[in-house]
Amino acid sequence: MDNAYLIETVIKVVVILLVFSALAGIGTYFERKILAFMQRRLGPMNVGPFGLLQVGADGIKLFTKEDIIPSGVVAPIFKIAPVITAATAFMAAAAIPFLPSFTVFGYEVHPIVADIDIGILYVLGVMAIGLFGPLLGGMASANKFALLSAARAAAVFISYEVVTGLAALAPIMLVGSLSLIDFNNYQIENGWLVWSQPLAFILFWIAAFAETGRTPFHLIANDHEIIDGFGTEYSGMRWGLFFIGEYANMFFISFVIPIIFLGGFGDGSVLGAFALLGKMAFFFFFFLWTRAAWPDVRPDQLMWLCWKVLMPLAVINVVITGFVMMF
Amino acid sequence: MFEAVAFYLFAFLTITMFYITVTTAQALYALSALAAGMIFISAFFFILGADFLGAVQIIVYTGAVMALYAFGMMFFDTTREVKEKNGNKYIVVGLSVLAAVMIVAIFSAPIISTNMQAFYPMIEGAGNTQMVGMVLFTKYLVPFEVAAIMLLVAMVAGIVLAGKKMDLSLTLLNAEEIQAIEDEKNKKVLS
Repeated sequence: MDNAYLIETVIKVVVILLVFSALAGIGTYFERKILAFMQRRLGPMNVGPFGLLQVGADGIKLFTKEDIIPSGVVAPIFKIAPVITAATAFMAAAAIPFLPSFTVFGYEVHPIVADIDIGILYVLGVMAIGLFGPLLGGMASANKFALLSAARAAAVFISYEVVTGLAALAPIMLVGSLSLIDFNNYQIENGWLVWSQPLAFILFWIAAFAETGRTPFHLIANDHEIIDGFGTEYSGMRWGLFFIGEYANMFFISFVIPIIFLGGFGDGSVLGAFALLGKMAFFFFFFLWTRAAWPDVRPDQLMWLCWKVLMPLAVINVVITGFVMMF
Repeated sequence: MFEAVAFYLFAFLTITMFYITVTTAQALYALSALAAGMIFISAFFFILGADFLGAVQIIVYTGAVMALYAFGMMFFDTTREVKEKNGNKYIVVGLSVLAAVMIVAIFSAPIISTNMQAFYPMIEGAGNTQMVGMVLFTKYLVPFEVAAIMLLVAMVAGIVLAGKKMDLSLTLLNAEEIQAIEDEKNKKVLS
């Protein structure tokens, strides 16, 4: 195998890991500040200028806290559950093109770890494995609230996986490829997919909230029982890993939505690259905005929404797309 | 070299996981090892260049094992060991060894007699996903459609069985209405 390719891949993997684990930490800062401003508070203020060093303080706290494994839990599963969430979030990033390819010292760099033919399937599939983390953590905890949370995680996952798949199917039919690079190139010639597939865009966006477990569908933490669901028995860095996974997932899905529907990085100019980062920032901000503005839905409303509204709409969308493409 | 390393790594991992699945008495271990094993199998598809099947393996089995977890949650206390009823161990071991040997023999028979040939050779320029599509919708169209009809039948049956009181939501009723339903139930039991 080509040595240059090997070195390039290793460097890309390390850069993605470092950048996004740092971003996951900074993401919590953004979340607190934005929520605070929307609720007329100040948010973190005391540590550093504008509370910027709060992230570091939290990191020190999480890393130095005692790692408690309660008696009565199924220890091996309990220990491995947070790792699953964090690891699969980063594994999913392997097929996401973060920027257009650029040249450094005469060497062309493609900012995607592996441009596989089935990029979108791989990203969605591996991201979905991440929900095993809350499920296993909740089931291994020997705590009824954690078990409830795990049951809800399974229910949300099984339902919304259907909507995500069907919503992504219509754009896939139009593009005729599963590679995210092909999605980007298709939209250079034919305009953004959001104009030809507005319904699929909205369905995919709604399902993204369920996939990442964010607020209107934040059932995996039992907010109404004032208890932290699957995280009840966790402490220290194992608890932190769940959140690194969750925030990394939010960032990655915020990259995937613009690449599929909103033109991605366009023709690969510097402007296009910044446009992609801007779109990503908007979708990330929207996750936080929704959390500030919306209450959680009830579990039965969640199921009603998935099976009686979103799934029929997605199926109809696929059928109509098929007929339009045929005639 | 990378293929060899990946193959032996994932072969070891997959066999270990399925070994745990079969031997453990703890429902949670068995389920988690099953999920891990199913996901590790996808690595072999990726090594063989069948990317599409690899991704489908991941997606399908994550969902399927997740449903198994749901059943595990309902039937067992998953944090305790299940007391298993072991029948005659010799019969179980003998039968499973016999079955394993037969499966290996069946699949390796064509290799020995060199009768193995591809019915549908690779088409130049078509990707892995397109190839799967072409074979699925020409040669295997009938099995594909039959499988689809069977799934549809299962879905209709599931809805009929589970959907009797689908529009009734206890959270939306007030106390009197719930009491009325309870009384109705008790009346049936008493009469």
